[in-house]
Order: sequence, then structure tokens, then C-alpha cells
Amino acid sequence: MRQLVLLSGKGGTGKTTVAAALAHLGSARTSLVLTDADVDASNLELILNPVLRERRHLVGGQIATIDPDACTQCGICLDVCRFDAIVHDTVEYQVDTMACEGCASCFYQCPDGAITMVPQPAQWWMRSDTRFGPLLHARLAAGQENSGKLVTRIREESRLVAGEEERELILIDGPPGIGCPTIAASVGADLALLVTEPTISADHDLQRIVATLDHFHIPAVALINKVDVNPEQAEAMADRCRNHGIDVMGELPLDTGVTQAMVDGRPVTEYLPGSEVSLALRDVWERVEARL
Amino acid sequence: MIVAVASGKGGTGKTTVATSLVLAIAAKAEDATVAAPVEAPILLDCDVEAPDSGLFLDLVLEGAEEVPIAIPVVDPAACTYCGVCADVCAWNALCVLEDEVLVFPELCHGCGSCTLNCPEDAISEGTRRIGILEWGRADGLVFGRGTLDTGQALAVPVIKRLKERHPAGADSPVVILDAPPGTSCPLVETLRGADFALLVTEPTPFGLHDLRLTVEVARDELGLPVGVVVNRDGIGDAGVDQYCSREKIPILMRIPFDRRIARALSEGHALIDALPEFRPRFLELWCRIQDEVGR
Repeated sequence: MRQLVLLSGKGGTGKTTVAAALAHLGSARTSLVLTDADVDASNLELILNPVLRERRHLVGGQIATIDPDACTQCGICLDVCRFDAIVHDTVEYQVDTMACEGCASCFYQCPDGAITMVPQPAQWWMRSDTRFGPLLHARLAAGQENSGKLVTRIREESRLVAGEEERELILIDGPPGIGCPTIAASVGADLALLVTEPTISADHDLQRIVATLDHFHIPAVALINKVDVNPEQAEAMADRCRNHGIDVMGELPLDTGVTQAMVDGRPVTEYLPGSEVSLALRDVWERVEARL
Repeated sequence: MIVAVASGKGGTGKTTVATSLVLAIAAKAEDATVAAPVEAPILLDCDVEAPDSGLFLDLVLEGAEEVPIAIPVVDPAACTYCGVCADVCAWNALCVLEDEVLVFPELCHGCGSCTLNCPEDAISEGTRRIGILEWGRADGLVFGRGTLDTGQALAVPVIKRLKERHPAGADSPVVILDAPPGTSCPLVETLRGADFALLVTEPTPFGLHDLRLTVEVARDELGLPVGVVVNRDGIGDAGVDQYCSREKIPILMRIPFDRRIARALSEGHALIDALPEFRPRFLELWCRIQDEVGR
């Protein structure tokens, strides 16, 4: 079993579009498990038309709550909280549930036993069937903390499914950024495919995701999307990638067919199989498959 | 007034809108024909995992400071290996063995609970750097950005510190926050204390899906007034328009899909510098935001 994760640093470079295309192309050649690890903005399901098989809780963290009848307004909770989660207006002390990290420091320090830790609203992860293989995805409750934990959980489930069904490749659609959810989506992957575009922002963020992957010793290859936005910049970025030991798996043109395919809810390689972008994606899949 | 520019989905144009909006306000503030002097607006780049707004400004950096978080330091001479510190740690950042305490700094959120709970007072606090804040000026505006160090997981403390420490203080007239993508804790930290959330989206199924989630956080959870900027108008479908009309969310501006814009942004030009016809439109956007906040 191998694991391929799609990352970018900068958002909106085309990770999910490429993930859906590789799911389509890859499923014809090997057996896949698909993992949508961008739990903040889980868009892969909009293309794969999943049929829900099971839906399970992830027991989330806890947050503090203050019993106003037991509270003597001593203010110790306010002093010990490092996350500005204790709100003190006029008399009462209350917990700002969006700010509470669940560290329980106030719970342990309250001399009146007025603070209890209560579980956060449930997060859900789901296992669905798609025509390209099982999909593990999740729904983060609005504004919740645990996106790293949720990502870790669906990756564990993906490995279990891949093991049970003897599937060859786990294809992980990762989140933007370089922090907690990105690290959770990448650790232990065999290869990262960095989907980038020839813009000054994407270039800057590419360098940061490359440094992050170096830190965790995850090998990477790159794919430059929307090259005709700035062909000179695309060439410079491809050179820089190669100089860093990151092979470029291909370049994709800016193509309105990609958006049409998204509106139609299908991978672009299925919707417009003969288009330039789809042919380029076929080459990309073959190169990535060879690297794996 | 604090306006956060957010999106849910990445790459919809948050930084494009945030930089051009603040540059338009700054140019107006500097305009000599305006009688009363106006204070320079502030742009804070809260997308600490991918802080790109500085790339579009003529930035002169004036200062920097590291972002530390607290980590426990265990004194082996005082420690009795009772295990209380590991029991109270919500993140498993300490592991107590028979004659050793292992500390995992990457897991520590710096809450200080182990230090407070140690019955032997054997734990003190050290610090660990997780990122950096930088301050500067550009084109008539005050600029600040936070940058999470690569390999570090915790974006929220960097965002929080950036918002606490910006040089102009809380009473500055205009603060524009360039928010991170996503809908979880880094977005929430950015939106806390804001007066308005300006949501930048694109008219596609992905844009709509993530706009909905962002409205759930900004409007429904945090109670902020929200308005939408539709970027790359003309691609995709009518879903975003229909959703906004159904939810009574005002569409405050539309930026057409235009390869000239894509090219200019790819080279690091702010939209209103590359295409000056957008300058009055960003001032109009600012007026509409003020109207929405005043409602």
C-alpha cells in the first residue's frame, strides 16, 4: 500500500481538480482509496458523487463551562487562561466556547469546583462509495478546533480500508497551508504531489511547503497548473524545483473546461477526455505512478 | 473599524481584495485635497501559513519579533515522577517514566497547566519559537504580518499575537485583516473582534460550498455582518448569486475573470496598480462596507 498526498501551500491552485482526475485515471490502473483531508473545505465529494456507507462520530476535545451558582467570582480562571477564553463582564465569569482550547487549566485551578469540562459538539467522518473507490471524508463543525485530529482519524480509517480490501494506493487530497492539518495530512505519505501555479504567491508558498516536507522527510514532485497565466514564471519555477531535487511531473494549461467539468460534477479527464488539459493529466498520472 | 477578508476556499482572491482595498483607502487618506488628516490604514496578514500580501506592496520593513510559546522545563532534582503533569496535559505533551519525564515540545500548546498542577513545583516554563511577526510601511499604509515557521503546527498563537501587538493599537481607524483559508480555528482567531467579514468567492460549485461554510462561521457562529465579493465573475454557474439572494447576503463587488488580471497578480502587482480603473470601485466597496456595518 502506497500513499500519495496532494499539497500546494497556497490554496486554489487546483489540488482537488487534479485529485479527482487522478482518481479517475488511477482507478482504471490500480485499486484506490480516496481521502479528502481538506476537512475545512471538503470539495472532492462535489466531483465524486459519493454514496454514503457509514457515518461515525469523532469524539472531539472538551471545553470548559462555569456553573454560575457555584462560582464565587474569584477570577482565578481568568488569570490562568492563556487563550482569552474566560469572559468577565460585570459580575459573571463565562467561557467563550470559540476561544477555549480545552486545556482544562481553569478546571484544575478553580477552588470552588465550579468548572466542568464538557465534550465539544460531535465531528463526523464518513465512508462512502464512489465509482473510483471508497472515499473517506469528514465534516468539521463550523469553527471547530480539531481539524488536525479529524485528518489523522480519516487517514487511519483509509489505511484500514486499504488493508481490508487490499487496495494499492491511498490518494489524499490535502489542505492548503503548512500547519497542523497539512502536517496531519502528510506525515507517513510515500510521495507528495505539489500542485502549484506560476504566480509570485504560489511560488512563495511552494517554498514553504517544500521546507515543511523536508522537515518531515517526505519526498515531493511538482505539477505546474495554469502555465499560460505566466509561462516565463512557470519555467523559472520548474527550474527551481529541479534544482531542489523536485521533479516536475507536467504542466497544465489554463482551461475553462476545468470549471465546466466542476459545474457538471465530473473529473475533467472524464468530462473532456480529449482536451489538452486531460491529455496532460494522463501523462502526469503515468509519471506519478512510475515514481510510486 | 476592523474588516476581515475571508473565503473558506483558498485561492479565491482574499489577498487581491485585501491589498487593493487597503491601498485604495490609503491613497484617499493621503489625498492632500481632503481637509482633515486621516490616519493611515493598517493591513495585517493573518494567513500565517502562506503570508503573501507583502508580495504586492512596496514594503519597507521596520521591525520584527519572534513569537514564542511556553513549554515545560522539568527540574529532575525536584521531580518525584508522580505523573500529575502527564495526567493534566490535554495534548499528551509529557510522558512520565520511572526516572525520567519526556517533554514533546511540538505537542505542547503552552497552556501552563502542568506547571500549575505540579505538587513539587518542579516544572518551570521555557519558551520555544514558532514564528515571527514583522512590521513595516508601504504605500501610505501600516503593515504587519505573521509567519509560521516551517515544520510548526500551531498557527493560532501567531495570529493572536499579531493582532495583539500591531503598532497602531486598538484605536486605529481602519484595520484590514487578510484571513487564512479554511473554516476552523485559524479563521475563527482572525475573525474574533472584527466588525465585518468580507467573503471573497468564485462562482463555482467549490466556491459556493466553501462560502456556505464560511457564512456558518462568520455570521451564524460569531454573529458578524457579512458581504460577498464575487471574483472571476463570468466563469462557472449561478449558484453563488442564488445562494446570496436566498440568504439576503449583499454582493458588494464583482471582479470579472480577465487574463490581464491573472497576469498582473502573477507578477506581484496589486490589482488597482495594474488596472487603475478598479481604484474607484474599491473605494465604493469601502463605502458599501461602512454602510453595512452601520446598519
